Amino acid sequence: MFISYLLSGVSLGAIYALIALGYTMVYGIAKMLNFAHGDVIMVGGYVAFTLSVTLGGSAWVAIIGSIVFCTLVGIVIEKVAYKPLRSASKLAVLITAIGVSYFLQNLALLIFGSNSRNFQSLVSIPVISIGQATVPGETIVTIGVSILIVIGLMLFINKSKSGAAMLAVSEDRGAAELMGINVNKTISLTFAIGSGLAAIAGILMCSQYPMIGPYTGQMPGIKAFIAAVFGGIGSIPGAMIGGVVIGIIENLSKAYISSQLSDAITFVILILTLVIKPTGLFGKKLKEKV
Amino acid sequence: MALLEIKDMEVSYGFIRAIKGISFKVEKGEIIALIGANGAGKTTTLHALSGLIPLDAGSITFNEQDLTKIPAHERVAMGMAQVPEGRRVFQQLTVQKNLMLGAYSRKDQSGIAENLDEVFTRFPRLKERRNQIAGTLSGGEQQMLAMGRALMSKPDIMLLDEPSMGLSPILVSEIFDIIKHINESGTTVLLVEQNAKKALSIANRAYVLETGNIILSGKAEDLMNDDSVRKAYLGES
Repeated sequence: MFISYLLSGVSLGAIYALIALGYTMVYGIAKMLNFAHGDVIMVGGYVAFTLSVTLGGSAWVAIIGSIVFCTLVGIVIEKVAYKPLRSASKLAVLITAIGVSYFLQNLALLIFGSNSRNFQSLVSIPVISIGQATVPGETIVTIGVSILIVIGLMLFINKSKSGAAMLAVSEDRGAAELMGINVNKTISLTFAIGSGLAAIAGILMCSQYPMIGPYTGQMPGIKAFIAAVFGGIGSIPGAMIGGVVIGIIENLSKAYISSQLSDAITFVILILTLVIKPTGLFGKKLKEKV
Repeated sequence: MALLEIKDMEVSYGFIRAIKGISFKVEKGEIIALIGANGAGKTTTLHALSGLIPLDAGSITFNEQDLTKIPAHERVAMGMAQVPEGRRVFQQLTVQKNLMLGAYSRKDQSGIAENLDEVFTRFPRLKERRNQIAGTLSGGEQQMLAMGRALMSKPDIMLLDEPSMGLSPILVSEIFDIIKHINESGTTVLLVEQNAKKALSIANRAYVLETGNIILSGKAEDLMNDDSVRKAYLGES
């Protein structure tokens, strides 16, 4: 039993990790917490739902459509809501992000109503048995897809020119501009990637827990935020490891402690991280050298 | 036509009017020094030239183009590179990555590779440490990296902000020699320095900036012999 609890914890954690990557990249590069990020998952879920269930499209149409749509949503949110606040106080940006989050939730409420809809899994892989444990196909796909995405993302950031620009902007925006890097474009690209990942996370999550409602993105968004903080906000490996750890802890505490308490336990991790090591596992404190 | 011409430039930093209407010119091939005390507006001037802060009034003309409305990142491709105050190398990236970021606005791969070789010849220490993280370099090495990084954009003009800051006298001399060599191989230099003596020793002409105004200008050697300059900036009585 333990193995299957553990595996489904890893797969839940992989979803958190995909969401946490968006949080952490946007934080690292735009220096803001995009609290609307969780709701992009919900948007992704609804788009996939509409394309596959309502319009009867194939799984691939739903998946690609959802990723493209969310990428655009991310770019538009950044342009409309955050870009005008580039030199505003951090608090103003944070409040705006919360406003965007409410806006997306209420827009979904308006379009789809308050009832949750049944989502049909877009993954058609049968249950797999490992020894005595049985593992749903969704779990395997989620873990596999997440690993591939993380490898791809690391390659993109460390090998491509746009990736180098992202690293430069995240370290010193002014110096990056002096290199000829278009900072606005780089921030826009970051939002695009983060939102695309959120769409994938949304599809994977709705395939495993087949319900979608206007508030579907809220809790996973917060958990992923905790994962990002736990791993060290701004750090990509931190977001991945943080996500997986939070997922495992949540699932194991559901199984062995109490399913009602599992959320509380996750939040205790946030509090402990902030008290004991606010920079998280991989957070860096930069030393200035003159 | 001068390579770089600034006319009646006014710049504010927050609520403070830091530059109160200055005009100056840099001709192709020159080394121009902009000297002045702390807070005179030297760094603000360079930030305005690179486009990091907007002008309140006046104009900047570079290579016969009006820069006033051109965003900072496009000015690099036009031939303007800055070595900022405090070097500001990317501490977490390797030496080589820092240098490649200097060539960000270029697309000619073979030209970039050639340029990288040139930079490594000019700064052998950077070649030895090409795979080292820039944050682990010494202050002098970071200054060299910042200069190499600026050279990677193949600039027509290089703006240098306080290259001597925090370096030992021997290193300062070394850095100034390098600046001279860079100029001799065809790059125009605009140098901002508190170390007026050193700056005047390599410059062709200089401007003296005081609380946002240019109060004096002329040939470097004339300024070096000017009584008021000697008293105020060269530490002589």
